Amino acid sequence: MKKLLMLLTLTLALSQFGQAQRYITKNGHISFYSDGPLEKIEAHNNQVNSALDIKSGDFVFKVLMKSFSFEKALMQEHFNENYVESDQFPNASFVGKITNLNDINFTKPATYEAMIEGKLTIHGVTKPVMETGTFVVTSGAVEGKSVFMVKLADYNISIPGAVTGKIAEEIQITVDVNLEPLNN
Amino acid sequence: MKTIVATLLLLFCASTLRLTAQDNLMDMIGDTKPATEYAYATFKSTRISLGQSVENPPNGNLIFDVQHHFGPGNIGFNDFFGLDQATTRLGLQYGITDWLAVGVGRSTLEKTVNGSVKIKLLRQSTGEANSPVSISYFGDAALSTLKWADPVRTNYFSSRLSFANQVLIARKLSKALSLQLSPTYIHRNLVEKSTDENDVFAVGAGGRAKLSKRISLNVEYYYVLSAQTAKDYDNSLTVGLDIETGGHVFQLFFTNSQGIIEEHFIPKTTGKWLNGDIHFGFNISRNFVLKKPKEFRD
Repeated sequence: MKKLLMLLTLTLALSQFGQAQRYITKNGHISFYSDGPLEKIEAHNNQVNSALDIKSGDFVFKVLMKSFSFEKALMQEHFNENYVESDQFPNASFVGKITNLNDINFTKPATYEAMIEGKLTIHGVTKPVMETGTFVVTSGAVEGKSVFMVKLADYNISIPGAVTGKIAEEIQITVDVNLEPLNN
Repeated sequence: MKTIVATLLLLFCASTLRLTAQDNLMDMIGDTKPATEYAYATFKSTRISLGQSVENPPNGNLIFDVQHHFGPGNIGFNDFFGLDQATTRLGLQYGITDWLAVGVGRSTLEKTVNGSVKIKLLRQSTGEANSPVSISYFGDAALSTLKWADPVRTNYFSSRLSFANQVLIARKLSKALSLQLSPTYIHRNLVEKSTDENDVFAVGAGGRAKLSKRISLNVEYYYVLSAQTAKDYDNSLTVGLDIETGGHVFQLFFTNSQGIIEEHFIPKTTGKWLNGDIHFGFNISRNFVLKKPKEFRD
């Protein structure tokens, strides 16, 4: 019995003092941008939930569509009501994995190129994606960044006939999350 | 023996944790849902058709309104079925805050200038703050600038004024259907005939049903409660469509009211639908962002 207790204590202790395996944030940033002939569209969201497991390379984020902020309030209303239909599909999310985990040393401060593969869900449609990004490792945190393009049609987001050709069919998404170690 | 069992058990636990790491990460970051969710786009415009809706211009947005009611369609070819006799109002509305808006405008009918204020008192919401309805107050003062009918007698400036007060109560029942009740009190300082009442009470009922993503059917009815006015005038009924295109909202409708502002169309509607006194009308409103949201200021 004593041995068991010791073992338990040891396991707990190891998990406490070992390097944090998981990094997390609740205020990551995602923005998107497109420049069509009719409308320049730009929106920001500073309430992105994201997490990274540096041992397994798992990386996820989740964002509430309604908390995207637009320059024009009307555009924000149209975005939620007609384009991404936020009442029906409140979140967009990504579940993926770093595929070149061996190239990244999360204990050594530097900037690392990363390849990430996973599934992106927007407007209720899930598509496999493969993107590149960077991880900036500093002593207390890991900052993940990626810029990639998304085709609206891939996610069943339709552009109304009246503005076809005036709004870009592809938008640029920028993900920038500053992850901090999670102490159990 | 016990130790071995315990070790195995621990190892087993650890390995199961690993298996579902991605899902666990997703669970760990939790729900993004905000504490309180507010209903949005109960109506697409600050008006249902003729009357006010619970919506305000967004904070920092200026709306330019062009409102037009043609003459009744039954007046025949000589007046081109109403196109020759029209009432037009040009107006501006501005959202000072998320809950306070002001407006000014001028209507050709009785050469009337009006100034208004609309205050959002309560927003429909679920979550921590829970409210089944949105409630707004709308107040308006109208000034007729017509020449005095009888310039010889003593005329008072106050005789030119009339007022409207409304409590707007709306609920977005689903993403396709919103309904509103609008108890209304109108006061005119001076009325034309001795039988006309200075104080008129009415209750409006209106709604919006979405036909497609960008088009909705809007219906609005004002029932006059004050007995004498109800006898002498007709209730205002408007049926129309809202069409949205980016920064514009077009509202096209048929109504039995020639007047555009509340002081005119609620107590002074004379047209009868059944006699064909039907006016075609439209509102065009264009939004301009004067004050950008925080994230977009340099």
